[in-house]
Amino acid sequence: MSDWKIYGQLYWAFLRIGGLTFGGGLSMLPMLKYELVEKKQWLTEEELLDCYAIGQCTPGIIAVNTATFVGYKKKGVAGGIVSTLGMVTPSLIIITLIAACLENFMSNPWLQHALMGVRGIVCALMINTVINLAGKSLVDVFTCVICAAVLAICLLTDLPTILIVVVSALLGILFERLKKRGKGGKT
Amino acid sequence: MEIVWELFWEFFKIGLFAVGGGPATLPFLMDLAQKKPWYTMGQLTDMIAISESTPGPLGLNMSTYAGYQALGIRGGLVSSLGLVLPSVIIIVLIAKFLENFNENPYVKAAFKGIRPAVTALIAAAVLRLCRVSLFAEAEGVLSPAVGSMIVAVVMFGVLQIKQLNRFHPALWFLIGALAGVIFQM
Repeated sequence: MSDWKIYGQLYWAFLRIGGLTFGGGLSMLPMLKYELVEKKQWLTEEELLDCYAIGQCTPGIIAVNTATFVGYKKKGVAGGIVSTLGMVTPSLIIITLIAACLENFMSNPWLQHALMGVRGIVCALMINTVINLAGKSLVDVFTCVICAAVLAICLLTDLPTILIVVVSALLGILFERLKKRGKGGKT
Repeated sequence: MEIVWELFWEFFKIGLFAVGGGPATLPFLMDLAQKKPWYTMGQLTDMIAISESTPGPLGLNMSTYAGYQALGIRGGLVSSLGLVLPSVIIIVLIAKFLENFNENPYVKAAFKGIRPAVTALIAAAVLRLCRVSLFAEAEGVLSPAVGSMIVAVVMFGVLQIKQLNRFHPALWFLIGALAGVIFQM
C-alpha cells in the first residue's frame, strides 16, 4: 500500500471518530476500539488501551493525545500529525458554523431567554462532573489535603494555574519519596 | 496580526499544562476570560453548552469557539492548532524515547499530586461559573437569577437518578432552553 493511501486512511478514520463521538475523552474509547481494533486492525485492544492510558496522563486533550500516539505507531511523525488533523477537522467545521449562526441571532430576545435556561443546566452538569472527579481522585489523606489546599488558594489568591499544576506534581513526587524512605526505615 | 500570535501562544500554554483533558481546560479558559477581552464569562458558559452538545473532544470545541469569538474563523483555527501542538510534540517524544511512560514511578508519583489539584482547579472554576450564571451582577450587587437557579437545582436532582443519567447532555440543554423561553428567564 502506498504511503499516501495510509495517510488518507488515518485522516479519514480519525475524522470519523472525531465527528461521531460526543463528550470527548472517556466516551471516545468504544468508538476508537471499533474503528482501530475491530475494523482496521491497526492495533490490538491492549495496545489501544496503552495509548489511551498514556493519552490520559500527558498534558492536553486526551482524544488528541491518543490520535497522535496511534498515528505515530502506524506511520511515524507524519502519521501522528495526519491523525491529529483528522481529529481536529470536525470540531473546527461544526463549531465555526454554530458560532457564526449564534453571532447573527445573539440580539434576539428568544435566544437570550433560551441561553439563560441552558446556563442553569450547564451549572448542574459541571457540578456533577466535579463530584465524579472528586470521587475518583480523592483516594487518601494526601490527595484530600492537596485538593483542599488548592481550592483555598484558587478562591483566595490569584496564583497562576500553571504554577499550581507544576507545584502539585512536585509535591506528589516528594510525598512518594518520603513514603518510600519511611517504609525503608521501618524494615 | 499580533492577536493571531497571542491566541496561538495562550492556547499552546493551555495544551501544555491542562492535564486531564477537556474539563481541565476550563480553569485556563476562565483565566483568559478575565485577562483578555476575547470573550466574557457568560459566553464561556454558552461555550460549554455548545461544546458538550456537539461531536468532537470538549477541549477542541472550546478552543475553536473561544478563538472564533476573538478573531473569527482564523481565530478558531489558530487556537485549535495551538492547543494540539504540545500534544503532538510530547506524544511523539514519549513514543520515541519512553516506552513505559505511564508505568514510570516518577510519572505515577507526580499524578498523585496533579489529580487532586486538577479536581480543585476545576471545582473553583465551576464555582465561579455558577456565580456568573446563577446571579445577575449590577453595580457590584449580586441578585439571584431565580429562573436559572431553579433549572440548575432541578437538573442536579435529575442527574442523581441513575436511569436518567445516561441521556445525552444535548437533550438537557434543549429542555433548559425551552424552560428559558417558556418562563421568559
